[in-house]
Amino acid sequence: MEEFALIMRHEDGQKIASPEQIQAWMKQTMDWIGGIAAQNKFSSGTGLRFDDARVVKSNKTVTNGPFGEIKETIGGFIVVKADSIDEAVEFAKGCPVLQGEGNTMEVRRIAKGDNVH
Amino acid sequence: MEQQQLIPHLFRTEFRKITAVLCKTFGIEHLEIAEDLASETFLSALETWTYRGIPENPVAWLYTVAKNKTRNYISRNQVFTEKIIHQIKHDVTESEEIAIDLSDKNITDSQLQMLFAICHPSISAEAQIGLSLRILCGFGIDEIANAFLTNKETINKRLSRAKEKLRLEKVKIEPIDIEFAGDEEINQRLETVLTTLYLLFSEGYYSECRDTVLREDLCQEAMRLTEILMENQLTNRPTVNALYALMCFHSSRFDARKDETGEIILYHDQDETRWNYELITKGAYYLNLASKGNRISKYHLEASIAYWHTHKADTSEKWETILQLYNRLLQIEYSPFAALNRTYALSKANGKQIAIVEAEKLNLTENHFYFTLLGELYTNIDDKKAKQNYERAFALAKTLPEKQTIQKKIDKL
Repeated sequence: MEEFALIMRHEDGQKIASPEQIQAWMKQTMDWIGGIAAQNKFSSGTGLRFDDARVVKSNKTVTNGPFGEIKETIGGFIVVKADSIDEAVEFAKGCPVLQGEGNTMEVRRIAKGDNVH
Repeated sequence: MEQQQLIPHLFRTEFRKITAVLCKTFGIEHLEIAEDLASETFLSALETWTYRGIPENPVAWLYTVAKNKTRNYISRNQVFTEKIIHQIKHDVTESEEIAIDLSDKNITDSQLQMLFAICHPSISAEAQIGLSLRILCGFGIDEIANAFLTNKETINKRLSRAKEKLRLEKVKIEPIDIEFAGDEEINQRLETVLTTLYLLFSEGYYSECRDTVLREDLCQEAMRLTEILMENQLTNRPTVNALYALMCFHSSRFDARKDETGEIILYHDQDETRWNYELITKGAYYLNLASKGNRISKYHLEASIAYWHTHKADTSEKWETILQLYNRLLQIEYSPFAALNRTYALSKANGKQIAIVEAEKLNLTENHFYFTLLGELYTNIDDKKAKQNYERAFALAKTLPEKQTIQKKIDKL
């Protein structure tokens, strides 16, 4: 069993949706994570806040977002246990952020003592 | 009270106090000596009271005899005495006589310290529970064997191995553990203590043992030991209150869970007038106290789930809240039981179709509750599949009451 990070990339919900809509997304996300945890495949995870964020550049200048050229950025991630990248991808497919056009899920194997990183 | 009932009653309440105090005085590596002296005290009571009648103050009589027996033991066993005197030098007066302090305060302190000493990560959870039952609850070996559905030899072996381990580890049960330990240290040790108390309670609540009185006793003892933690301000923490609240909510349904023949009554079919509302109110009080911390433990989540179950009405708010609590609980700690209950809550909150898809992923095909759940979910959606799943559950169920409950569901289809 290996660990994979499922990284959510999406727009700042606060800018595009009502509080009720955000609450509905929240529930969907919690149900999605709960479903993975109910299979004993959840390791850890957290959401990342969009407000009061900073970007530090190579010349040490500090800016408040945007975080990249695209408006979708990292909104949070969870780490899951899976036998293969394909199984991890199946978990990612259930994530509610994918309902938003342009949003993506990035699936990455966690590097652990493999002397590569 | 007649002597026949009095001695077992006193054994249950006083044996543990005498043992705890002696053990605190001698050090945990001499746990067996403490236990023997306490046992001999009761043997004397049995012999003496039979001929001379019950003394006016039986408890004071027991304490005096325990003190005398301890003094005699100390004066007769020079080697032991030297070891003890060496260890507890600071407690010994010039006359070099060990004071056996059986005051209420020292009894409570000793029991609290014994609780921390016994619930030590170096010994297995099973052994911790066994030792707690013996030393802190005054259970007989046969009662412990009964509760664990095993024989006396197994329990005796398990307990002596655990005592040996404690002796080797020389687990300290000095006041320093609690009074001078840092916050973090108390929290860490408390974690093990709470796990043991939680398991002790579950042993009573979920045990397949047929003896209802014994099972109820286990639950009550787990609650009493949790109360000891709440009586000391250093160990009276939000997680402890949360665990106690959980125990109150569960206990409130103790009578309603089984009918006269011992058959299980499922939550949905329980008669809520048989729930104990005094315990429910008490649970709500402690759950409220538990919310003062800044950390949400699994006990908080389980207590909140149990709280919502004290509302019988099927509202969408109830099941949505329970679902979210299970979602969080499973992130802290997975258990098949929580996974199944979460899926049931999901069916109530989001609908059966969604829950069936999730249930099929759970992969708990050894577990008869899993197939009972699938049977439940498929009922009225695909009754043929419902029946197949109930039949698999029936084949896997181990006890007669469980098989009867499943058979009823098949008949209802």
